[in-house]
Amino acid sequence: MGADVAIIDYGMGNLRSVSKAFEHVAPTASVVVTADPEVILGAARVVFPGQGAAPDCMREIEARGLRGVITQAARSKPFLGICMGQQVLFEHSEEGDTPCLGILPGRVLRFPAEAMHDDQGQRLKVPHMGWNEVHQTSEHPLWAGIPSGTRFYFVHSYYVEAGDPGLVAGFTLYPFAFTSAVARDNIFAVQFHPEKSQSAGLTLLANFVMWDGKFQPTAGSAGACR
Amino acid sequence: MGLAKRIIPCLDVTAGRVVKGVNFVGLRDAGDPVEIARRYDEQGADELTFLDITATSDERDIIVHIIEAVAAQVFIPLTVGGGVRSVDDVRRLLNAGADKVSINTAAVTNPQLVADASARFGSQCIVVAIDAKQVSVEGEPPRWNVFTHGGRKDVGLDAVAWAQNMAALGAGEILLTSMDRDGTKTGFNLELTRAVSDAVSIPVIASGGVGNLDHLVDGIKKGHADAVLAASIFHYGEFTVRQAKEYMARNGIEVRL
Repeated sequence: MGADVAIIDYGMGNLRSVSKAFEHVAPTASVVVTADPEVILGAARVVFPGQGAAPDCMREIEARGLRGVITQAARSKPFLGICMGQQVLFEHSEEGDTPCLGILPGRVLRFPAEAMHDDQGQRLKVPHMGWNEVHQTSEHPLWAGIPSGTRFYFVHSYYVEAGDPGLVAGFTLYPFAFTSAVARDNIFAVQFHPEKSQSAGLTLLANFVMWDGKFQPTAGSAGACR
Repeated sequence: MGLAKRIIPCLDVTAGRVVKGVNFVGLRDAGDPVEIARRYDEQGADELTFLDITATSDERDIIVHIIEAVAAQVFIPLTVGGGVRSVDDVRRLLNAGADKVSINTAAVTNPQLVADASARFGSQCIVVAIDAKQVSVEGEPPRWNVFTHGGRKDVGLDAVAWAQNMAALGAGEILLTSMDRDGTKTGFNLELTRAVSDAVSIPVIASGGVGNLDHLVDGIKKGHADAVLAASIFHYGEFTVRQAKEYMARNGIEVRL
């Protein structure tokens, strides 16, 4: 029997809080932090977290021979990307001009210094650090019990620009609307940290543990900004 | 609506116990960091900061176990500072469950530590704590220097320039304490806070001097701080974190309620 939840450990940052949060919401589930391809591919569901810089993340993934494993898991089972684990799913990151995994179409951009002012002209700081609202653009099983507009904890300087607007599951304003959650088939990925977002974050993680990995975009959900 | 301003209660910990006496109604153990952290989490604290003021090095490991215990029960960001001197100290605290590590004296004595730690773990988890004190005399344009040793030693660095220097080296956030105001309950040093916050592109946490809820409002509105840190007004039960946030919201500040 494989683990219920495998958290991919590729040496980028603190995975303890992610595993603790899963143990909290699913006390009977087996949660493992692992770099072992067999354990990852044998698990019922996979979490792909990550902190730090994109070039380091990609280097560590390659050094551990995990590119193929991550790609395969992202194709075959409920898969949750968090923070850097969301960003490197896309094709390219502006951070260090880094080619990424290319599992999802799109690129990762830095918050542009010249745009970082609120409507009163006050400077907005980068990293975008703290609690901001996530506006849901599709009905997804992972949003169950979480009202649109709920605040989650963010800390990042780069954001995803999805190549396909149908990928967007949520957006956040800082000061412009950027993509803060994406969904396609069995993949759900977020820029914020559910493991640090108190009850809303724990609800999302509990939803992931229950999720069968199925998702049909609802009619009119894609590009709901319009 | 956008990013909320943060309220951060700060706990001083020595040898595993919270000091400065926390005074919550119905708390079984007023010195237990885990129980206090849970209480602040329930009140809506946006983050928690633990400052390890343990004097003896053989008791230093206790904070690691405290962070492990808190991180297993409280799912908001945790910052830990006090006695952090090496990349290995940073690593141990992050592995225990800290989300950010605050570097104070060691940033002055060894600035390379800030560069090394942020390169290794990411800027997002490296906070540089600056203790600043006014050194200009009346009639002069205000100047503040960086102090160490609890505000006793002037290291001869301009606080604003130092904050910029630390941001350039890779700090992700500045925790700015006015040593002139710390413990006075007369409010943040707003001139200092604004000078530093306007000079850097990274977030600044204002600290030192909070005695009432208007001080928190002023720290954001007049001091341009991104977050406000306070200890005694929350510890002694004068105000809950939620009361503070409701007051700030009534004064037009965006907070997480």
